[in-house]
Amino acid sequence: MLIPGLLLAVSALALGRRVDVYDALLTGGKRGLELVKAILPALVMLLTAVELLRASGATEALTRLLAPAAVWLGIPPETLALVLIRPLSGSAALAVGADLMAVHGPDSLIGRTAAIMLGSTETTFYTISVYFAAAGVKKTRYAIPAALIADLTGFVAASLTARYLPS
Amino acid sequence: MSYLWVCMLALSLFCGLLHGSADLGRAAMDGAGKAVTLCVSLTGSLCLWSGFAAVLERSGLQAGLSRLLAPVLGRLYPTARRDEATMGALSGNVTANLLGLGSAATPLGIEAVRRMQAQSGSDAASDEMCRLVVMNTASIQLLPTTVAALRGSLGAASPFDILPAVWVTSLLSVSAGLLAADLFRRVSGGPGDGRSKREEVRGMN
Repeated sequence: MLIPGLLLAVSALALGRRVDVYDALLTGGKRGLELVKAILPALVMLLTAVELLRASGATEALTRLLAPAAVWLGIPPETLALVLIRPLSGSAALAVGADLMAVHGPDSLIGRTAAIMLGSTETTFYTISVYFAAAGVKKTRYAIPAALIADLTGFVAASLTARYLPS
Repeated sequence: MSYLWVCMLALSLFCGLLHGSADLGRAAMDGAGKAVTLCVSLTGSLCLWSGFAAVLERSGLQAGLSRLLAPVLGRLYPTARRDEATMGALSGNVTANLLGLGSAATPLGIEAVRRMQAQSGSDAASDEMCRLVVMNTASIQLLPTTVAALRGSLGAASPFDILPAVWVTSLLSVSAGLLAADLFRRVSGGPGDGRSKREEVRGMN
């Protein structure tokens, strides 16, 4: 009910302000199509890599290697690949997250944890480099460590909320 | 990205040789095919939500929320607050992030950082720039539409039921990031902006 209600409320409000709502929807929809077009090639390459990593046993080896640290933090070891790639590449994280949800099921604990991680974190290194490069800032000082602490907190919190927060 | 790609391939090949059993050629084709299936099933909801985003933008709801947030943000950014254009870009950036308008958020954020840099005239990040970047990397989003679209396309019973968890998680991670930034600021002392820092502390209280 929340989502259709939100759609109605915003559309009605916009209509009340004399906005051509349907035209806005179509223009925006076209932007969505462009977004898909833009991410498709990246997703093809990265899902290929994800599949290769899994078939070769590399994912499993990595998971086993880092599992103790993950368990200590309360993060499900299966989501480790996502945790590692998330700050580096947005499309790779999307690919890994989609794979986790497909393999374990979107409503499983692993699938939900992956979704919450994806929804509540960002591509940290990309964001920092874009913002600072555009402004000509060379010394980033403590921006990277602070952002990474935020990411780590997000991953741990995602594991907790997926497990304990009623949906 | 290119390094990451080569590393992933090399690691797969190495592990594949070690195990010897997997058919990696088949896996590569599978992965590529899955990406297209995923994109096709994502397209519908992505278009819908991009349309919704456009309505939010045109109706002035985004601008309204941005005005609403400005006083709160002013407390976090006492130096930026002195310049109206910086503050406008800054609260526009935060609002766009909140509403999930990623493509609108980035240019506004860059504009804000540029103006902050012009104000400070230094090539080192100011405390407020670090704060802004942390807020952006920690991603505070009210409607994580891409993830919901992904869940929907994979057959989740209720794609949006992760919302409360995403909100709590984002809030925790942003708070941790800002606290960490504050801690680092106190420890580092910062190159040559001792004065603005003292003012900042006063502004924070």
